[in-house]
Amino acid sequence: MMNVLVGKTDTPLVMLDRNGARVAPIGSKAFLLETTGEFDLAAQRRIWALSHTIAAWEDKAEIVPGMTNLLIVLRHTPEDPEAVVRRLLDAWDRAEPIDIVGRTIEIAVQYGGEHATDLAALCNYSGLSDRDVVRIHSEGIYRVFALGSAPGFGYLHGLDQRIYMPRKTVPSLHMARGCVTIGGMQTGIAVLTGPNGWNSIGFAELQMFDPLSDTPAIMAPGDTVRFVAASVDL
Amino acid sequence: MIEITRTSPFNTVQDLGRPGFRHIGVTASGAMDPFALKLGNALLGNDGGSAAIEVQTFPFQLRFSASTAFVITGVDCEATLDGQTVLPWCAATADAGQVLDTAHPRHGARAYVCLAGGVDVAAVMGSCSTSLRGGFGGNGGRFLAVGDRLALGLANRAGDIPPCGLAMVEPAVMLADVFPVAPDGALLVRAIPAGEHGLFGADAERFWNQTWKLSPQSDRTGYRLSGEPIRPVTPVEMRSHGIVPGVVQVPPAGQPIIQMADANTAGGYPKIAGVIEPDLWRLGQARIGSTIRFVQSSHAEAVAIEKAMNGFVEDVRRTSGMVKRALMALA
Repeated sequence: MMNVLVGKTDTPLVMLDRNGARVAPIGSKAFLLETTGEFDLAAQRRIWALSHTIAAWEDKAEIVPGMTNLLIVLRHTPEDPEAVVRRLLDAWDRAEPIDIVGRTIEIAVQYGGEHATDLAALCNYSGLSDRDVVRIHSEGIYRVFALGSAPGFGYLHGLDQRIYMPRKTVPSLHMARGCVTIGGMQTGIAVLTGPNGWNSIGFAELQMFDPLSDTPAIMAPGDTVRFVAASVDL
Repeated sequence: MIEITRTSPFNTVQDLGRPGFRHIGVTASGAMDPFALKLGNALLGNDGGSAAIEVQTFPFQLRFSASTAFVITGVDCEATLDGQTVLPWCAATADAGQVLDTAHPRHGARAYVCLAGGVDVAAVMGSCSTSLRGGFGGNGGRFLAVGDRLALGLANRAGDIPPCGLAMVEPAVMLADVFPVAPDGALLVRAIPAGEHGLFGADAERFWNQTWKLSPQSDRTGYRLSGEPIRPVTPVEMRSHGIVPGVVQVPPAGQPIIQMADANTAGGYPKIAGVIEPDLWRLGQARIGSTIRFVQSSHAEAVAIEKAMNGFVEDVRRTSGMVKRALMALA
């Protein structure tokens, strides 16, 4: 019926690295384009542009912009994967940075208190007082780079590097939905109660996701987010 | 209507999933063995993506409140209808009040109870699949429980099953040349090298050559494999990116994880390979403690396998429709 290849290991790799981006497959239908330059807004604005271009491709089933990268899932397994890789890199070469005019979302945060389980550790790590950590976090202006991981979760860029904090090696097992967290150089709001490796410094009541809504996620890429200190309990 | 009369946790309503929402963090979910679901629906004359019950913990038992055509696909779970044997891959009709019972399968992991008309739960974001992480879809976003009553969709009356039943040849037999079996019993899983394959140096060879075992930490979200650890030559820090089921990630401890139907939508561990989509259903039937070996594959091979699978589903749909119409004409 067909020639089944068992134990064949000399298949050429379907990957290419060119002009600040590389593409490689994930399985048979998905391809990941990753930028290889800085982790910054400029790169993300080109990813948003690329996302717009690809949205018009007839063979795309799904586009998932990530943090300065983009996953495309095709409708059908391509006969010629090398052509897909080249087409993605060509589109990247032509991608001129765009800015998404998003909404500005103000989120009231209860800093400190029972949900701020990692505030003390962050103070130790950064050498800052809890008051300074809260001030620096609430003064920031953040952009939603991408959504992912859990329903409606927004990866926010723009964290002040003085309060960068690595993810925990042992995650908290039952972090509450609504915890305001820092993971490395990113910040965000937990959308599900459960295991979480990010560091919690406060709590927000906002419901980030409603599966029955026409627009289930509150945040969208390009949105601007500001945290407003509703209360500080240190 | 059917009523669940006995169940353990982990059994859910699933269809072919909820693709299209990964960009807002929503997992596709869907049947772990979508091939079995499609074949069951084809035999019954249902729409290909009708929702069914995915049973992964046994015994599982339900009662029919009306005469209903059904078929169990995926595995042989020694099913009985009021004590009478019901063969897997064989559609039959239950009378009102009859009880369908199942036992733990000897081979394979997941049974699909497909019902004429499909399980009729409200679609959320375009799908009837249960999103356990999000807590929505399927039957209230949760596992089935004793006492749950599920409505069924309108059955295709032309799809009436003859009293003697209507059987198909199971795919492992019918497509034996497409899905080869290793002499030592290890499941051969075909995969394509992914982005960080080259960073594993000599360990990449050990990834392909060794036999991995499915650890007990394996579920609908992902399978954790155990074996000789593999590690990148130098540690890599990845930026979060979209992923799909089948991606084989390698966390720092060196034991790979294969993301499955309830996969996270984003990840950051280095990826050594990605299982080709037409082999995912076989992983969906792999049991905890069983062994697998990865075989380097290609897009061309995936296309050929998909063609064989789609041809088989179409063949079952066409033939069962023909047989049912012929028998109705005779009657």
